[in-house]
Amino acid sequence: MSYLVPGSVDEALALLRDRQPTVVAGCTDVLPARRQGQPSGDILDVAQVPELRGIVRGPQGWRVGAAATWAEIAAAPLPPAFDALQQAAREVGAIQIQNAGTIAGNICNASPAADGVPPLLVLGAEVELASVAGRRRVPLEDFITGVRRTARASDELAVALHLPHPPSDAGGAFVKLGTRTSLVISIAMVAAVVRVAQGRIAWARLAVGACSPVARRLPAWEEELEGRSLEDVASLRPDASHLEGLAPIDDVRASAAYRIEAVRELCQRALMRALVSAAGGADAR
Amino acid sequence: MPGEARVEMTRFILNGALVAVSAPPDERLSDSLRERLGARDVKIGCNAGDCGACSVLIDGQVVCSCLTPTRKAEGHRVETVAGLVADDRVARTLAQRFQDHGAAQCGFCTPGMMTASVALLRQEPAPDEAAIIRALGGVLCRCTGYRKIIDAVATIPAVLAETGAPGHAGAAIRRLDGAQKLAGTEAFGDDVAPPDTLEILVIRSPFPRAAFTFGDLDAWRAGQPGIAAVLTAADVPGRNVFGVIPAFADQPAFAEGVTRFRGEAVAAVVGTPAAIRAFDPASFPVCWTELPAVEVPAAAEASGAPLVHEGRAGNLMCKGFVACGDAGAALAAADVTVEGRFASGFVEHAYIEPEAGFARVVDGRVEIHACTQAPVMDLEAMEILLGMDRSRIRIVPTAVGGGFGSKLDISLQPYLALGAIKTGRPVRMAYSRTESMQSTTKRHPSEIRLRLGATRDGRISGCDFQGTFNTGAYASWGPTVANRVPVHASGPYRIADYRAEARAIHTNCPPAGAFRGFGVPQAAIALESMLDELAGKLAIDPLELRLKNALTNGVPTVCGQVFAQGVGIRACLEALRPAWEAERAAAEAFNRETDGPLRRGVGIASGWYGCGNTSLPNPSTIKAGVRADGRILLHQGAMDIGQGANTVIAQIFATALGVPVTAIDLIGADTDVTPDAGKTSASRQTFVSGNAARACGEALRARVLGMVNASETAVLTFAPCAITVDDGASRHRIALDPLAADADGYVLAASGHYDPPTKPLDANGQGEPYAQFGYAAQLAAAEVDTGLGTVRLLRIVAAHDVGLAVNPMLVEGQIQGGVAQGIGMALMEEYIPGRTENLHDYLIPTIGDIPPIEPIIIEEADAHGPYGAKGLGEHVLIPTAPAILNAIAHATGVRMTSVPVTPAKLAAALAGD
Repeated sequence: MSYLVPGSVDEALALLRDRQPTVVAGCTDVLPARRQGQPSGDILDVAQVPELRGIVRGPQGWRVGAAATWAEIAAAPLPPAFDALQQAAREVGAIQIQNAGTIAGNICNASPAADGVPPLLVLGAEVELASVAGRRRVPLEDFITGVRRTARASDELAVALHLPHPPSDAGGAFVKLGTRTSLVISIAMVAAVVRVAQGRIAWARLAVGACSPVARRLPAWEEELEGRSLEDVASLRPDASHLEGLAPIDDVRASAAYRIEAVRELCQRALMRALVSAAGGADAR
Repeated sequence: MPGEARVEMTRFILNGALVAVSAPPDERLSDSLRERLGARDVKIGCNAGDCGACSVLIDGQVVCSCLTPTRKAEGHRVETVAGLVADDRVARTLAQRFQDHGAAQCGFCTPGMMTASVALLRQEPAPDEAAIIRALGGVLCRCTGYRKIIDAVATIPAVLAETGAPGHAGAAIRRLDGAQKLAGTEAFGDDVAPPDTLEILVIRSPFPRAAFTFGDLDAWRAGQPGIAAVLTAADVPGRNVFGVIPAFADQPAFAEGVTRFRGEAVAAVVGTPAAIRAFDPASFPVCWTELPAVEVPAAAEASGAPLVHEGRAGNLMCKGFVACGDAGAALAAADVTVEGRFASGFVEHAYIEPEAGFARVVDGRVEIHACTQAPVMDLEAMEILLGMDRSRIRIVPTAVGGGFGSKLDISLQPYLALGAIKTGRPVRMAYSRTESMQSTTKRHPSEIRLRLGATRDGRISGCDFQGTFNTGAYASWGPTVANRVPVHASGPYRIADYRAEARAIHTNCPPAGAFRGFGVPQAAIALESMLDELAGKLAIDPLELRLKNALTNGVPTVCGQVFAQGVGIRACLEALRPAWEAERAAAEAFNRETDGPLRRGVGIASGWYGCGNTSLPNPSTIKAGVRADGRILLHQGAMDIGQGANTVIAQIFATALGVPVTAIDLIGADTDVTPDAGKTSASRQTFVSGNAARACGEALRARVLGMVNASETAVLTFAPCAITVDDGASRHRIALDPLAADADGYVLAASGHYDPPTKPLDANGQGEPYAQFGYAAQLAAAEVDTGLGTVRLLRIVAAHDVGLAVNPMLVEGQIQGGVAQGIGMALMEEYIPGRTENLHDYLIPTIGDIPPIEPIIIEEADAHGPYGAKGLGEHVLIPTAPAILNAIAHATGVRMTSVPVTPAKLAAALAGD
């Protein structure tokens, strides 16, 4: 059992191939899951690998290092559409978790209630994976394949998330519903990104978390919203046909029936806040 | 090999000093700090990032050290509360403000609160409330209700007695034991054992009910390096049974043959820290056979249900009953009646300090150092389990990181004692959060049916109460709940025709025991909700209805007890009137003027609570002595579990003796050196032990005055080696050196004793159950989001009659902390065995869930209380939940009858489901 601290991606990938370690970064999911008397095996801590750090604007879009923490994301100078991601960053656990927990850790842990996933879905995130054999990019919706399952091969390392540039006049929002104000696993959450043109919704993207094994976009609802006037949407809520694909469960936090009703309301609120975000971004210009 | 970094040593800067630590690769920083580097100021409450007590700063950023592998600290700067308060200017002044506000009660979350606050204040020296809430949202506190912490961080001026004032009864002074809670030096249950002490891990039942057999334990142990012993029922030298109420004692330290609840102990292993760390409980040689279980009273009472205990037919443990007048006739004659059914679930105490302790054998005597609310009861329980004379057992309570009733029962004390005896070596153990939640007592789930009648002009005419309480697998304090509930279910109201029955039913659930209020909060939900329904039917203002029926001096309670003085409920209700009128009007205006899903409402509720044991002896003894050097030592055995007994008892004693409280040194609870001051329970310490302290102070004073025949008004001054007595007419100096010292080393000593006067209850519950009651009324203003079923509290006003506020700052802290627990019970807390056994599935309020709480202190002096003081500890949460339910009903028109009112439940009710 060793604690491995690679200095580069290449070192990390060689260790991944040779030692089959558990990859950790912030450790905020790994350590709570540890059980009494279970040996941890080799641990590969990639939190300080330089290539996995930083949030950078590039020509094609934003590159968010896999080991960027929620606190770093919340503090980064990102465009208004990223409000969805930054608001989520401030709602993950509490400050202690946000200072340690990382964005790639959140998606690789693949909890149905991961707060980071819905905003990344609506922002069109791709996951960059590296192995000794090479690199590939996988859209986030293809990356998370089930409850605590991902498309990451055991010798692969998530090195970054890539988010395309949103239009500068797009806005975003994230709405989390829990039974208390902090340190709370979501009952449901909705992320939205929206663009307005001539008083109408040019396009909208919404994603729902904690209501299916993997957080999901709502394509039918997005289509319904497209071209609607802003006055119209204030009173609009999705109905069952727009929520196909959601399959909430009953658990200690809430019933499935409640989750569906709550999601209808949250979709409306997330959209309204995203519109405010879009308007704010427009004002700032 | 590239990147090979198997680290033998981790080097970092800890509180300004370079340290090197050798730890296994997967060790948590919290463990390395505590066990390898002596930083026991870092507290462990959950090992899951759910409580934040272990928060430290790494390069100035606050993180949970339990979620940080030690290796991550390599090359970084780590700061803990002890280092910060010693060396950091921001932290030092903040620590002073924490003390000024009483922002540390038990002190267990304080290291987390302090480190998180320092991280904030370094960035933002004058943060607003929103910033404070965001910065502290990751640290749970179960004692304070967070408001004093916000005040301290926000630099709100504290209202304290002047520096240099004597600090007598009535003075708001800092907690006498506060400095060590801020400095990180307070030693809790897991802080007293030396590093490398043998550790104990308990093997527990995975099923609600199961039969079990062991394999060959001796052979198994022989094959386990580092395992020093296995403990089972066969190792219990005395009787394998304990229970807080001797007539009902029924719980084994280790189950024999069959377990009765999930999490019940069957065995324990004792081993080196490394062996225990590597030990997988699933490898222990025990074979389980799951048996049919009953987990709710309805199943337990069904015919043919398996009996939890032979001899308790129908799984009925006991009943309590109070009746006066003719409830049935009065209800039949009433102009209006209402009826309701109410339900509540298990509530977990969720103190941030899990049970922990240390034991050793010294000169043939067993010494147990553990967190407890009741050292002498622990001693009595261990006497039976160990089959030892009590002279051979010593209980040395550590600081207690919250109790709220559950640490009245023994938990790990038997394992510690048996482990020390069997191995002949010191042993320690700390419960994990999950085993603490699985195995210790809970608040009783309740199912209540209440019928209430009234005349047209609003006088209560008949009340019929039937309560069924799920008492779990063992008796614990279930009989007390069954007795207390019928006495209190009337609320502080005059009800001439009353019938109340409470039944405690066994199930295969964790034992339900004592939790702040002993069943009374559950009963108050039913009564206070139905009073609002009555008010609606009668078209009477809910406050007026309560005032019309409130008890007054000279009016009998439902037990026929008549208090000629001291009944303060009317004053509490009247104190709420300004807020009531303003908030009702504001809520109604908001609802008129606002579209959208938000609806506001205001609710009110009362409460009362009898202080001390119900019609049973309940004595306390306090003693004190003066050394030849002139110091006064107070042997203070009333357990301070964060509520402030160390301070309050000393203030009362100092008042009676006539010296400043600073002249006194405290000797903490220890069954070898402090007389029995009873248990910290039943809101009795300020009242009962306070009276004993007063008697002790008066006796010592009389002794001193008698030595020089001075008048009673003389001023005493204890100086080094002498006492001066000045009564104006003459001035005497009593030299202490010439006086002979007693066995304790005291040249003067005294003790005081008090047992409250009560009378037994007859078959109809008529008698004098308590010498005093305390009274309370609270108001809650709430905003309901009808789109989501969520409730946001806007304001709580809490009026409490405490007779005399011995220390107003501590009174406010009790009120705010109790209200926060009431909020949790109302809105989010339900323990479900097997499903919510951690602090992320079982939710207690965080700092952002608690609105401003305004205490109003009412002082309707009580003739029995020390300087008029009454108990307070449990009163504080009794009205909270019903006030919130009434506010929800006012806001939405929907009457919630089951707590917690989760968003899903409220949304369903709003939808008419």
